[in-house]
Formats: sequence, structure tokens, C-alpha cells
Amino acid sequence: MEQLSAWFTNLLADNTIFNAQTLEYYAEGLATTVQLVFLSLVIGLVMAVPLAIARGSRRKWIKMPIFFYTYVFRGTPLLIQLYIIYYGVVFIDGIQDTWLWLILEEPFYPALIAFTLNTAAYTTEIFHGAIKATSKGEIEAARAYGMSRGLMMRRIILPSAFRRALPAYGNEVIFMLHASAIASVVTIMDLTGAARLVYARYYAPFDAFLFVALLYLCLTFAILYLFRYLEKRMLAHLKPQS
Amino acid sequence: MIDLQGYGPRILEGALVTIELAVLSLLLAIVLGLLTASAKMSRNWILHRIGTLYTTVIRGVPDLVLMLLLFFGGQMGINMVTDWLYDQFGIDIFININEFVAGVVTIALIFGAYMGETFRGAFLAVDSGQIEAGRAYGMSEGLMFRRIRFPQMMRHALPGLSNNWMVLLKTTALVSIIGLTDMVRVAAEASKATHEPFTFLIPVALIYLAIASVSEWIFARLQKHYNVGFGEADEWNN
Repeated sequence: MEQLSAWFTNLLADNTIFNAQTLEYYAEGLATTVQLVFLSLVIGLVMAVPLAIARGSRRKWIKMPIFFYTYVFRGTPLLIQLYIIYYGVVFIDGIQDTWLWLILEEPFYPALIAFTLNTAAYTTEIFHGAIKATSKGEIEAARAYGMSRGLMMRRIILPSAFRRALPAYGNEVIFMLHASAIASVVTIMDLTGAARLVYARYYAPFDAFLFVALLYLCLTFAILYLFRYLEKRMLAHLKPQS
Repeated sequence: MIDLQGYGPRILEGALVTIELAVLSLLLAIVLGLLTASAKMSRNWILHRIGTLYTTVIRGVPDLVLMLLLFFGGQMGINMVTDWLYDQFGIDIFININEFVAGVVTIALIFGAYMGETFRGAFLAVDSGQIEAGRAYGMSEGLMFRRIRFPQMMRHALPGLSNNWMVLLKTTALVSIIGLTDMVRVAAEASKATHEPFTFLIPVALIYLAIASVSEWIFARLQKHYNVGFGEADEWNN
């Protein structure tokens, strides 16, 4: 036991990599990653709900553009989307003279736009699938009550579709967390960016990247348990009665 | 036609690298996935634990972080081993990981975990009566795997497999970050050099869409192949 504690103290004393400075990099990186992922998920979710409803429209001219949008964004790598937006915004004519440039100048916002558009595309498809899976009986019952289409959507279809979409949406949230690692490519100091900085400074790949992997693992588990809790609450009515 | 300013052939070469990388890592990932699935279904608790640990950890960490870890850390690890061999035994070897091998190994390692989950579910979905029937015919485990388990498992695994392939294809873009010259890297370099990002990035995006569409078609055909006999049975029952 004494030997063990001596070994441990030694380990901490020898440790030159995880000092206050690098831990601050990691903490700031964590904050950036969480901000980026949370904001893009929230905005993407808000966009996805009307898009998913419109995606199920019977009118071709409404349905087709949305299908095209989700097809393109789900069929190409997020990295390409990020590059197109990050390198591309500069070349929009006259953008540098408008107030938008103040926002887009920083790499955070192009990344936020890319991530938001990407997650909105995936979420639209998830919700569209969930809406399509609404059982006919529920819709017939709503119609028999004389509900208008809007009321039916609000009271019957969407609440049950959201519940059904929950497991798939949980996967999308985790996917987004992992995908956000590429923000470090466009010079954003997110968690991965912090790890790359620490690696470059100390040439210590194992310390730098294993530590950040552990942080991501913790975040992933936190999201996983949150969704498991939500599913348990929201889908309680579907559990077999004992 | 758009003017690719002489980058056209390089982008096509890059596209070939992307496809090679994706196909090779898919094959390796399928093998790893089958091994993982059998480890997770094994009665041996050590194998079971190892399989579970592997799938949990890999699926909890971003692809890019794993790639950076294996690419930079892998080289250092190999150097440590070769240094140790030199100090101890005077064996002087030098192994250099190139980006392509690092890319294939990392992507396969990541998707092996996802494939493992897909295959495990699919194996469990095969009717146990089929396996009992195979045993009653006196088939060996190997023969049973080849003739009964595998073909029937594929029917259940194909949707997941096609999903994994689509994600894998898009993940190959990340190798451009560790320095492999795939089409994304060529396009990014070309956009920086010529200040015309759309000219290069949009065609590359279209190539990805084309590969995805072609593979969708191939998977639909495979699905039809492995569903032979089941569609008709459904018709009978209805």
C-alpha cells in the first residue's frame, strides 16, 4: 500500500504534461465543444420540425426541395460541408461590407452553420420517419373528433412522433458530439483542438489523445444516460404491463 | 464545363484513393465485426468482456480522435518497440506507418465495432430451429456457419451493413486530416491555391453522392439476393 502511494505521488510529481496551463486548454476546449454541439443541436431541432412536416407533404414542389436538401447533406461528408462554408463565405460578393462579416469572420460561426445544417438534415429524416409511422387509427380518431389538420398535428401526430423518434435522436446527438471533433480542422480550439495543441507542444500523443478520448467517453455516457432516462419516462406507456 | 485548372486528374486519383481506402477498410471491418460478434456471443466471459469493452469504447470516442491517436501514437509505439528490440537484442529494424495503412487500420477498427453490433443482432435473429436442424443433419460448426448461419444472418444484417458503409464512406474524408492525399485533401489544397473553393469542393461532394447512390443500388440488389425465398413465403401467408 505504501509502495503504491509512493508510486502514485511519484507519478504526479513527474507529470509535466497535465499542468495548470494544459488543463485550462482542455477546459476551454470542453466549453467550446459543448457550446458548438448544443447550439447546433437546438437550432437544428427547431429547423427540423417544420421541415419534417413539409417533407411529408403531398405537393411535389414542397416535398422535393426538402428531400434534395436532406439527400445532399446526408450523402456528403461533414468535412466537405464545413470546408465549403468556411472557405466559401469569403467569396460571396460584398459580404465583407455587411454586418454579417463580423460574425462569419470567426471560424466558430461557419462551423456552427455547417453543423446546424447537417444535423437539421438528419433530424428531418428521423422525424419524417417517425411521423410516417403514426398509426392510422390515431389519425382516424382525430378526424372523427373533427380536429383540423393543424390541431391534429399539434395534439396527436407530433407528440407521439417525438416519442418514437427519441432513440434515433439520441444517436444523432452522440453522432453530432463526435462529428464536432472536426471543428479543430478549421482552427477552432475545441476539445480535439486542445488535444492537438498539447500533442504538438509536448510530443506526447498518448497523454494528449487518451485524455481527450476519456473526456469524450464521459460526455457520450452522460448523453446516453440522459436519453435512456427520457425514454423510460416518455415511453412508459409502451412498456409491457406486468 | 467548369475549369478545374489542371487539378482534374489529381482529384480523380484522390477519388480512387478514397474508394480503395473505403473498400479495404470495409472488408477488414467485416472480418473484425464477425470476430467481435462471436466474441460477444461467446460463453467465455473473458472474450465477452473484451468484445463489450471494444465496442463500448470505440463507439464512445470520436473517429478523428481515434485516428489521431493511432496515427501519431501508433508510430511512437512502434518506435518504442523497435528501440527496445535494438537495445535488448541488437535487432535493427525500422517500421514507418504510412498514412494509407494507418487510415485503413483506424477506419476498420472503428467500424469493426459497429459491424460487431450489427452482426450480433443479425446472428441472434436467425431462427434457432434452423441451427437445430443443421445439427440434426450432423453438420460441423464450420459447415453450419457457412451454409446456414451466415446466409440467413446476412438477410438481417444487410440494412445495418449498408448503413455502416454509408457512414464509413463519409468517414474516409477524415484521413485527409492526417495527411493522406484523398480527394478531399486535393480539393482543399486546390481551393487554397486558387481561391476558388466551390470549383473543387462541389465536384468532390458530387463524387461522394455518386458513390453513395451506386452503393445504394448495389445494396438493394444484395438485399433481393439474400431475401430469396422469404418474400414468397410472406405472400403465401397473406
